[in-house]
Amino acid sequence: MPLLSIVTFLPLVGAAFIFLARGPEEIVARNARSVALWTTTITFLVSLLIWLNFDNSTATFQFVEKGEWIGAGINYHMGVDGISMLFVILTTFLMPFCILASWEAIEHRVKEYMIAFLVMETLMVGVFCALDLVLFYLMFEAGLIPMFLIIGIWGGKRRIYASFKFFLYTLLGSVLLLLALLYMYFTAGTTDIPSLMKAGLFSAQAQTWLWLAFFASFAVKMPMWPVHTWLPDAHVEAPTAGSVILAAVLLKMGGYGFLRFSLPMFPIASEYFAPFVFALSVIAIVYASIVALVQEDMKKLIAYSSVAHMGFVTMGIFALNTQGVEGAIFQMLSHGIISGALFLCVGVVYDRLHTREITRYGGLANNMPKYATIFMLFTMANVGLPGTGGFVGELLTLVGAFQANTWVALIATTGVIFAAAYALYLYRRIVFGELTKADLKAMVDLSPREIAIFAPLVIMTLWMGIYPAPFFDVMAASVKHLLDQHQTAMAAAKALATAAR
Amino acid sequence: MTALPALAPAYPELWLALSAMALLMFGVFRGEGSTRLVSWLAVLVLLIGIALVAMQPAESVATFGGLFVADGFGRFAKVLILLGSAFAIVLSLGYNRYERMERFEYPVLILLASTGMMMMVSANDLIALYLGLELQSLSLYVLAAFKRDSGRATEAGLKYFVLGALSSGMLLYGASMIYGFAGSTNFAQIATALGGHASIGLLVGIVFLSAGLAFKVSAVPFHMWTPDVYEGAPTPVTAFFAVAPKIAAMALFVRAILTPFGDIAHEWQQIIIVISTLSMLLGAFAAIAQTNIKRLMAYSSIGHVGYALIGLAAGTEEGVRGILIYLAIYLAMNVGTFACILCMRQKDQMVEGVSDLAGLAKTHPGMALLLAGFMFSLAGVPPLAGFFGKFYIFMSAINAGLYTLAVIGVLSSVVGAYYYLRIVKIMYFDEASEPLAKPVRGELGAVMTVTGLFTMLFFIWPAPLLDMAGVAAKALFP
Repeated sequence: MPLLSIVTFLPLVGAAFIFLARGPEEIVARNARSVALWTTTITFLVSLLIWLNFDNSTATFQFVEKGEWIGAGINYHMGVDGISMLFVILTTFLMPFCILASWEAIEHRVKEYMIAFLVMETLMVGVFCALDLVLFYLMFEAGLIPMFLIIGIWGGKRRIYASFKFFLYTLLGSVLLLLALLYMYFTAGTTDIPSLMKAGLFSAQAQTWLWLAFFASFAVKMPMWPVHTWLPDAHVEAPTAGSVILAAVLLKMGGYGFLRFSLPMFPIASEYFAPFVFALSVIAIVYASIVALVQEDMKKLIAYSSVAHMGFVTMGIFALNTQGVEGAIFQMLSHGIISGALFLCVGVVYDRLHTREITRYGGLANNMPKYATIFMLFTMANVGLPGTGGFVGELLTLVGAFQANTWVALIATTGVIFAAAYALYLYRRIVFGELTKADLKAMVDLSPREIAIFAPLVIMTLWMGIYPAPFFDVMAASVKHLLDQHQTAMAAAKALATAAR
Repeated sequence: MTALPALAPAYPELWLALSAMALLMFGVFRGEGSTRLVSWLAVLVLLIGIALVAMQPAESVATFGGLFVADGFGRFAKVLILLGSAFAIVLSLGYNRYERMERFEYPVLILLASTGMMMMVSANDLIALYLGLELQSLSLYVLAAFKRDSGRATEAGLKYFVLGALSSGMLLYGASMIYGFAGSTNFAQIATALGGHASIGLLVGIVFLSAGLAFKVSAVPFHMWTPDVYEGAPTPVTAFFAVAPKIAAMALFVRAILTPFGDIAHEWQQIIIVISTLSMLLGAFAAIAQTNIKRLMAYSSIGHVGYALIGLAAGTEEGVRGILIYLAIYLAMNVGTFACILCMRQKDQMVEGVSDLAGLAKTHPGMALLLAGFMFSLAGVPPLAGFFGKFYIFMSAINAGLYTLAVIGVLSSVVGAYYYLRIVKIMYFDEASEPLAKPVRGELGAVMTVTGLFTMLFFIWPAPLLDMAGVAAKALFP
């Protein structure tokens, strides 16, 4: 059974149903919501089959599907390994919550909204499943269209500025990737990812350029300092569910790209540029944390905290050791859930008061105790409190970085302290203090729908913090293979250099 | 008295020329009321022309003493030209009636222009080239000024005529220089005469020839006429100008440069690189400030010519294949976009402002979706067809080692994306000021849907077009 294709294209089927719906606007909207919810839920359940049937002991690609497509070495090729499988699950897991979070928040053009989200899901799952570079690029880029519309149509006041910035920034990065892709196709005669991973295809000089082209794309997507500026704007203006998808999945494509392409295909360049990435990561961690401290908009604060957390990820990946890479993957997964949950927390109060200005709030602990509890948990997870998912990834990336470069790890560790500062400061200003304003007093606590959204996220966060072993079991073989290959490639390059001398 | 040359390779052209004359007489006898019938008959003639082209043998055949060649390359381009012309006639039906310029000469002129274009792509000789080009151009000058009561249209026609005549003069001058230094007007014989070596005089000839051809494809720095003519000419005429003559001129450009001068690519390559770079950059930057959608499409077409020329700069079989794929996709995107533009009517007035599209997503959701598809496709965002056009063009550039050109190309495509996005933004993000009139005319809706589906679903099964273009490109590199 072509499980991956089913998971990838099932949302598209749902989107087609909604597209064909006709009738009075209200009924269409109601149907669109239910169809979207059912489609995403079923997709998630089907995607669980992937995990259940996943073989943890091998690093090869599983559930492989191959079919004719464009020809001349470009085929429809899907498959997952220990690195990509969990991202597929992360995407399908979060989608139903996005639909639920938009249930009442989106009032106009519901039909188009749900179509955009379902198309988005197809493209995101496709990015993680694609084993052909052209297919990957297609999915990677096509995702810009629905996201552009989501921000632009259902966004806040400066939505147009934010949507253009998002689109053009990302496009600028990825067109260079396109040229690199074409060069690789020209050199290798194929765009098949497993074939391209074979060592020694590209000379050291070519690797440098190709690595930089891929870096341009993934660094923007990640986003790394100094090309992160689109993220706060996009986050602030996007509707809640859009922010969740952005933070939880779209940002992970950058990290996934480094792991899938940069490391295995350009090992020499990766080693060469590692200090450069370290420097950018450390700047991102410290700088973004400090900037987050002074934000007055809740979403912007969380956006900057995302930049900082992604700094840990890039640092871990380019530490090029087991702890670093595994920690980076785990950090991406846990950040996906935690930042998604935090944006949902912001969405809860935004739906009630229609402002994200931090100073407008205060004292919510008095009349919204359930909300205060849940928000506290995710704030702590964001800080990286032991027992939550945030701790494990952060610790491992730091351990990995320590082995690679002590100074980098030392400076990055200060980021953890900053994180505590800005997160707790945010929490204090919103939840604690006197409850004085009348409109705040009128706010009601979480509805059953909202609790239903948060409950699975709470469970996941705690599970990942207390017993993360199942996740590491999945990725262990693939990460080991990745690093072994890297060692072999480096040894071969060294031998070549010595021989040349 | 020698025997009549073999006519079979030129059957499609002969069919078109004879039908055009027959339809002209038919129209004269039946009077003004016959326009609709003549138009549909002309579409039928064009479709039969496509069938005739498709039935020709696969190998290259030369006739008329080597003046005329029918080969795979020409057949591919001819099918595109005929399709573009047929679409142009269908698009004009409603507009011409509405604007009281419904005259049967219109489809006849398009047929004559198509005949000229087909001769252009089949020309294997500088003289045949010029004859085809002039037949095409003269028909186009008249078409541009077809709305004879409109000051803007006549101005456009006159401008086009004067500048077109100038470029034809340059082209002729270049042709005479080439003849003088190579001793022949036949492409193949020029190539043998050169033997891989070019004298200064010949190079001057190539420069003038390229300048003339660059004018016809509206590449920078010979693009000045394009925005004015696009804006001034009646919209269906603009739709025609944007597609069929562009394809014909591009195909002619490719053959007239590659067949005789293919061996001395290093001599002319830099000219094409400069033209291509300037076109891409100007197309991207100048379109940003446009408020008239026809003018915007003019700059957009300048940019697209720049991308197509990358394939010529590469000078390889792959490059030609890229150009042909690009032209086919360009045809679909532009015909569709102009079908949308022709629907832009408020109350009883045609409108052309980009801002008149505001709120289209609410008032005409179907049309907005299609137009958004065309815009994303023109911007080259995957998975739409326009991406594949760029993909194969840039591939040929990379394989030919033209890295700088490729980098400039992709960067200007990002700039270009801005103004295409702006149209999507106006349709989807802005509130409607005054909604466009409903309903959309049946034939416009059909054209839009067909080209829209092609543009959006091309990625599912791209192989047939890619293979055909591959076969066609091979014909130029025996």
